[in-house]
Amino acid sequence: MEAHVVSNTVVVGLVAGVLYTARVVRRSRFWSDAIRELGRRRPIALAAIAFYVALGLADSVAWLDRGAEGIAAHTPRSLVDRLFPADFQERSYSAPLAFEEFYGGAGLRFPGQHWLGTDILGRDVLHMALKGARVALLLGGLTSLIVIPLALLFGMSAGYFGGRIDDAVFFAISTLSSIPTLLLLIALIVALGRGPVQVCFAMGVTGWVSFARVIRGETLKLRELDYVAAARALGASEARILLRHILPNLMHLVVITFVLLFSGMVLTEAVLAFLGIGLDGSWGQMIDQARDELARDPIIFWNLAAASVALFGLILSVNFVGDAIRDILDPRTVRENV
Amino acid sequence: MTTDPVLEVRDLVTTFPAESGRAAVVDGISLRIAPREVLALVGESGCGKSVTALSILRLVPKPGRVESGRITLAGRDVRALPVSEMRAVRGAVAAMIFQEPMTSLNPVQAVGAQVVEAIRLHEKVSAAAARARCVELFGRVGIPDADARFESYPHQLSGGLKQRVMIAMALSMQPKLLIADEPTTALDVTIQAQILDLLREIRDRFGTAILLISHNLGVVNELADRIAVMYAGQVAEEGTREDLLANPRHPYTQRLLASIPSRTRRGEPLAEIPGVVPSPGEWPAGCRFTTRCHRAFEPCAENVPCATQISDTHRAYCHAVAREEEGAT
Repeated sequence: MEAHVVSNTVVVGLVAGVLYTARVVRRSRFWSDAIRELGRRRPIALAAIAFYVALGLADSVAWLDRGAEGIAAHTPRSLVDRLFPADFQERSYSAPLAFEEFYGGAGLRFPGQHWLGTDILGRDVLHMALKGARVALLLGGLTSLIVIPLALLFGMSAGYFGGRIDDAVFFAISTLSSIPTLLLLIALIVALGRGPVQVCFAMGVTGWVSFARVIRGETLKLRELDYVAAARALGASEARILLRHILPNLMHLVVITFVLLFSGMVLTEAVLAFLGIGLDGSWGQMIDQARDELARDPIIFWNLAAASVALFGLILSVNFVGDAIRDILDPRTVRENV
Repeated sequence: MTTDPVLEVRDLVTTFPAESGRAAVVDGISLRIAPREVLALVGESGCGKSVTALSILRLVPKPGRVESGRITLAGRDVRALPVSEMRAVRGAVAAMIFQEPMTSLNPVQAVGAQVVEAIRLHEKVSAAAARARCVELFGRVGIPDADARFESYPHQLSGGLKQRVMIAMALSMQPKLLIADEPTTALDVTIQAQILDLLREIRDRFGTAILLISHNLGVVNELADRIAVMYAGQVAEEGTREDLLANPRHPYTQRLLASIPSRTRRGEPLAEIPGVVPSPGEWPAGCRFTTRCHRAFEPCAENVPCATQISDTHRAYCHAVAREEEGAT
């Protein structure tokens, strides 16, 4: 199947998933209260995240143009691409809203239309910055999807069953955390390849360790609680206790960690891009490519600035929201609200 | 008594690891509960009451373990049952309610869902049928507005209501034995009385036998048919409620009773038992109460006292009582 078809299908799945989650959330008073509270506390950050998510989704819906010729006939264009003219490219650098090229002063094909200028290959910087949202969200989301189940599986079984299982999990944790993360990441990416799934997998494998430790500790605590003992006294099996009584009580940790992981992963990718093994089209890659321009005189700042601001905006709003979520889900503040 | 007992425990020994080997926290307990009977297990903190109860359901937390003894629950040999069958016994044959209703319910699940879960663990019924049963149970244990309470979360309920939910959950399978581990300790006095009334009503209506664990002799006096006083992992004295409360013979029982505040002794200092229960592993070789006993004499420190039968229903494990009884006959 072609990439854009997969991407479109995933978007449909995601939207369906979000709608379903929204229904579940609306039925649970706890979560709907939490979300309302979140909207009250961090309206701007939430709006910013919604904007990034909308961008990412819009950039994931793509289709081929009928009647296009040449390369364009095989290049699906996404909703975001369609905001710009079809062949929106210059030959080289141009400053924001400029009418001629930065070097040489030749006229532009689209004078005054590149709001944030163009890069060395003449690509529109605003366009690239907008497209970076999809890469960042894909990376953060996919990695979290790998990390959270892994960490839950290992952390919960180690904390709940203890003994040999705990030893084994802790051996894995200690081993993984004694290898420098960046080295392990580079090794994995070199071994697996540089596709988005491979990079996310590599980051997931190296990222679950600290979260698993947190989950293990919390499970150790929950395991001793009276309602777990009560469930056992009523004849509940171990699996049922884990799924119905321990896991739901770990959910606040999962939500918080998801947010923190997300921003951490996006930042880590920027570092990887700097080493030349990041994802294509990411903000990290833009920053990496713009690195040399800072040494030019006059300085070329717009592509670096655009990527940095876009990255900064996403991370900042995610962190703000994560902070608020932590406050809201803290059991003590929850009780105060009731 | 001709009926088969619901629960029979013989020479139960449950150990926990101590500095030197394993210490028997429960050391040779024997109990018998007939249907419709309320047996109270009384003693200070740390004397092994709760561990006895957990041993019966095979829920002693690791690294503790039941070392020896025989536990027969409604005709089943508890210690020989495979894990899956033991799971089926828990909740269905014998259910337990805990001391702390505040933390005995899962905070992130509606209480109704938790009762429904308890029902569906043991019986294949539809969610709707289980819900109807739950609402009925709520009504039966005196939860007002049962239908609305089904959706409530634990933090929205008072302690008394939570304990009622726990009782509803424990009753969902109509168990033959209800183990109530300090069911009223965490509740205030008026609620305590209501919960005790409820337990009594359950016993009368369903013929449920109750093993009541308490350190509160007032509670025990309300509810118990028979009482076993435990001290340091062993039974010190047992008998009917009248035997023990009107005619306590073991010095420990006597002093426990004397330490209850009483209107007739108003203004006098409250009697107390000096010292604390020695921890397992530090128990005296002979009678374990020796170190705190006001009537200890020379055999007490060395020899373990045998049972002295005071009447058909009443016996004590005490050298002093044995001597008195010998003198009487």
